[in-house]
Amino acid sequence: MKILVCITHVPDTTSRIAFTNNNSEFDNSGVQFVIGPYDDYALARAVELKEQMGGSITVLNVGEAVTEPTLRKALAIGADDAIRINARADDSFFVASQIAEVAKTENYDLILMGRESIDFNGGMVHGMVGELLGIPSLSPVMKLEVENGVATLAREIEGGKEILEALLPLVVGCQEPIAEWKIPNMRGIMTARSKPLKVIEATTHSVATKTTSYDLPPEKGAIKMVDDMKELARLLKEEAKIL
Amino acid sequence: MAVLVFVELSDGEVKKSSREAVTYASAMSNGDVVAVVLGTAAGDQLKKLGNNGASKVLHANNPKFDQGVISAYASALAEAMQKTQSDSLVLAESSLGNPVAARVSIKMDASLVTNVVALPDAHFNVKRSIYTGKASAHTTLTKDKKILSIKKGAVILKEDGAEAPIENFNPSIEDSDFGVKQVSREKTTGKVLLPEADIVVSGGRGLKGPENWGMIEDLAEVLGAATGCSKPVSDMDWRPHHEHVGQTGIKVAPTLYIAIGISGAIQHLAGVNQSKYIVVINKDADAPFFKAADYGVVGDAFEVVPKLTEAIKAIK
Ligand SMILES: Cc1cc2nc3c(=O)[nH]c(=O)nc-3n(C[C@H](O)[C@H](O)[C@H](O)COP(=O)(O)OP(=O)(O)OC[C@H]3O[C@@H](n4cnc5c(N)ncnc54)[C@H](O)[C@@H]3O)c2cc1C
Repeated sequence: MKILVCITHVPDTTSRIAFTNNNSEFDNSGVQFVIGPYDDYALARAVELKEQMGGSITVLNVGEAVTEPTLRKALAIGADDAIRINARADDSFFVASQIAEVAKTENYDLILMGRESIDFNGGMVHGMVGELLGIPSLSPVMKLEVENGVATLAREIEGGKEILEALLPLVVGCQEPIAEWKIPNMRGIMTARSKPLKVIEATTHSVATKTTSYDLPPEKGAIKMVDDMKELARLLKEEAKIL
Repeated sequence: MAVLVFVELSDGEVKKSSREAVTYASAMSNGDVVAVVLGTAAGDQLKKLGNNGASKVLHANNPKFDQGVISAYASALAEAMQKTQSDSLVLAESSLGNPVAARVSIKMDASLVTNVVALPDAHFNVKRSIYTGKASAHTTLTKDKKILSIKKGAVILKEDGAEAPIENFNPSIEDSDFGVKQVSREKTTGKVLLPEADIVVSGGRGLKGPENWGMIEDLAEVLGAATGCSKPVSDMDWRPHHEHVGQTGIKVAPTLYIAIGISGAIQHLAGVNQSKYIVVINKDADAPFFKAADYGVVGDAFEVVPKLTEAIKAIK
């Protein structure tokens, strides 16, 4: 099995979100960057599949040099080699085009990634890559098994799930409980340093969108504390106009 | 030029979020709004899409579409865009809508923006939610063709009593579009779907065990609400995964979110910060959730929740 795992390099979920330069840029100061939590599930499942049936895992990120520690962490978790496409990830279409460009010649059996990044929450790169390569794309996937070239998957739908069968190759957007997040061990961290990390340049620079500015939501008003449930029911009816 | 809307069915019923998408499209067009429906559905409810702003309905009344296969939907929608010579497509975000829209955007060489929360301006710049609701971005769709996936609440649903004519639509789907086979499907029926719900009652680890969910369901029932939960609750299998709310689960945007026995970790808050009103019930007065709440109750859920259910019943 030849697996490609595409990861994002995103602010840790506890980060304070702020913007600088007249609200035109994300404020990186004091922010810790991590592998996107959904991508982390994809990577964990890739490691399990490799343990079961052998093969190789390549991890890929479209990003500038600052993302390399995140790629090294993925190598420590269990990827065999890494590719960094040296460009700013300006929009989903650009990222998907770069991934498809690499995948076109590599014949991966599975291309795994998170169902969405947690910075821009686009949730579209898997579908775009699938369409660019002319292969199926499925997301959000919470279970993935592979046997004799056939994948069995559970995809979440509103109010439940569907069980699907598809032939490889396949693009999958992952979410829990597809696997448990893996923490790199000492040996992993040591070997990650010497695993290959290839840097390649972007082949196109075409984007489909342009973000002009950012803003933060208004502050929440003061909380009202209530003891009596009749009073709460009244507030919900009269103030919030819910009932 | 017509604005196309992908109208999604849930068990043969038009989803409320899709009706909102129709209203959104009618607000951004000069009234030429074509709703595309894929799969079997009763005709009278499709006519009623006129009520929400559709001027015409294209209906592919073909059971092959009933299973919601991503590639087949993408092919059919791309064909509908070509057929109507429409250069914009609107849809409501869902676990089916976004994966489909991504593929259509490549087929049609269109710009796609998801999580849209407001109407576009004259330059096709739209406001979208980012960082899981903690911020927003203003983004321009730069290609000639445009696809917008809207979040719940982006517009107020229009209901003006109009009806729309239905036209048959026979997309030329191919076997390769059905390369993915559905083996089975599990879906709760007769319950309000969590992402669509106007009221959500959610329980956390403070409820101690799955056997205590009865009072959550009772409260949800008097309110006509959907039920949700925190991540550890679905991790421990107390509740199914499709009820898990938060950063790594479902992001909800109801009018009212009631959090019971949930501490309010930043990752949980990320999934509920688009709620209009938040009620927090927690026995710990220092629980971080109170900082994000509109109404707070410090107390034992096992005492407070049944009382609240009774009080609501009494004044409804
Ligand atoms: C990358 C990442 C992603 C995550 N994504 C999510 C996510 O999507 N959703 C999510 O929910 N979490 C998520 N988490 C986990 C999150 O950090 C918290 O651990 C989790 O939300 C806690 O769940 P809880 O509030 O139910 O449990 P706890 O934190 O254990 O809180 C239980 C609460 O119940 C109260 N309580 C106890 N008994 C009673 C009683 N009798 N009456 C009233 N109140 C009572 C307690 O005071 C406490 O506040 C994520 C974590 C990480 C690291």
